[in-house]
Amino acid sequence: MLSLDFLDDVRRMNKRQLYYQVLNFGMIVSSALMIWKGLMVMTGSESPIVVVLSGSMEPAFHRGDLLFLTNRIEDPIRVGEIVVFRIEGREIPIVHRVLKIHEKFMVQHRSCSVRCCAPTPSLFRNETPLSAPLGVFVFSQTLQNGDIKFLTKGDNNAVDDRGLYKRGQHWLEKKDVVGRARGFVPYIGIVTILMNDYPKFKYAVLFLLGLFVLVHRE
Amino acid sequence: MNTVLSRANSLFAFSLSVMAALTFGCFITTAFKERSVPVSIAVSRVTLNVEDFTGPRERSDLAFVTFDITADLQSIFDWNVKQLFLYLSAEYTTKNNALNQVVLWDKIILRGDNPRLFLKDMKSKYFFFDDGNGLKGNRNVTLTLSWNVVPNAGLLPLVTGSGHMSVPFPDSYETTKSY
Repeated sequence: MLSLDFLDDVRRMNKRQLYYQVLNFGMIVSSALMIWKGLMVMTGSESPIVVVLSGSMEPAFHRGDLLFLTNRIEDPIRVGEIVVFRIEGREIPIVHRVLKIHEKFMVQHRSCSVRCCAPTPSLFRNETPLSAPLGVFVFSQTLQNGDIKFLTKGDNNAVDDRGLYKRGQHWLEKKDVVGRARGFVPYIGIVTILMNDYPKFKYAVLFLLGLFVLVHRE
Repeated sequence: MNTVLSRANSLFAFSLSVMAALTFGCFITTAFKERSVPVSIAVSRVTLNVEDFTGPRERSDLAFVTFDITADLQSIFDWNVKQLFLYLSAEYTTKNNALNQVVLWDKIILRGDNPRLFLKDMKSKYFFFDDGNGLKGNRNVTLTLSWNVVPNAGLLPLVTGSGHMSVPFPDSYETTKSY
């Protein structure tokens, strides 16, 4: 039977080999973490891979599809893009399409005049804390688009998302965006949905995987 | 390979790797394709009103546009296109905002549907509100037809059709509900 075979292996291991196994396990976990963090930096998004959880974007995306996101600051938000955003106070990300945008001003050249780069509090919220005159130059290099507010709608919904937003909120802003969808793979995310719906299944899988890695010789 | 379990295991691993290779193949063969097609847009009527009952309290400009679209999208569909999400967007500049883009109308074309569009006298699907009163007398509102190519697996590009229409908006509001 299976159980007796690998338990024999464990009994034959001495302390050094046991340490080696544990170290191996640690290497696998930390390289997985490094790859994930590396992806986060490359795409600029805090969650570069998301699973579609609802049917509000059918027939394009169904429950369980995987989306690859980027959130680079040089890519301005434009209509028609599929954005994944979080509403303030809720942690579930929503995947919908941008319906309308209103952008206060655009900066495209390094040599923009002081008038069009007039600093407002929202610009300096996330950027370097330089004083205003110096800040103008930093601003024209780091920011590609200004104060933007937009409205979203799911393809399969009849109305736009104003009903979903927070009370009194009529528009979304850049800070609510987790990322823009750039790539798509169907069906793979069903595993994640299964693991969320049946937590016992998730613990069982993790336990078995951990056991196999620790005990197996190779 | 002498137990059912190890045979099932290797079969499962093999089918997974074949599916992964096929998915990657789908993605890489269509990743660099040119997906733009000439379109022709004509605008027959623009009316302007001041009634905003869904947004914030201030009264904003509301426009009604009637348009025609002609496009042949047959060449975009290939083995890796699941659907095309078409949208007609209006882009303009106002005193309050440097860039405004509003989607007026959209349509989903699935694989197998008729890809040739000859639409006449279409009304906008969504209310064309401005953030403020920048539509009255606006000299240049550009309408473009764009589409989002949704693949079976791979990149999700946004492509703009090569043909756009610039319309000047009327200088006064319509007082009667002529829509």
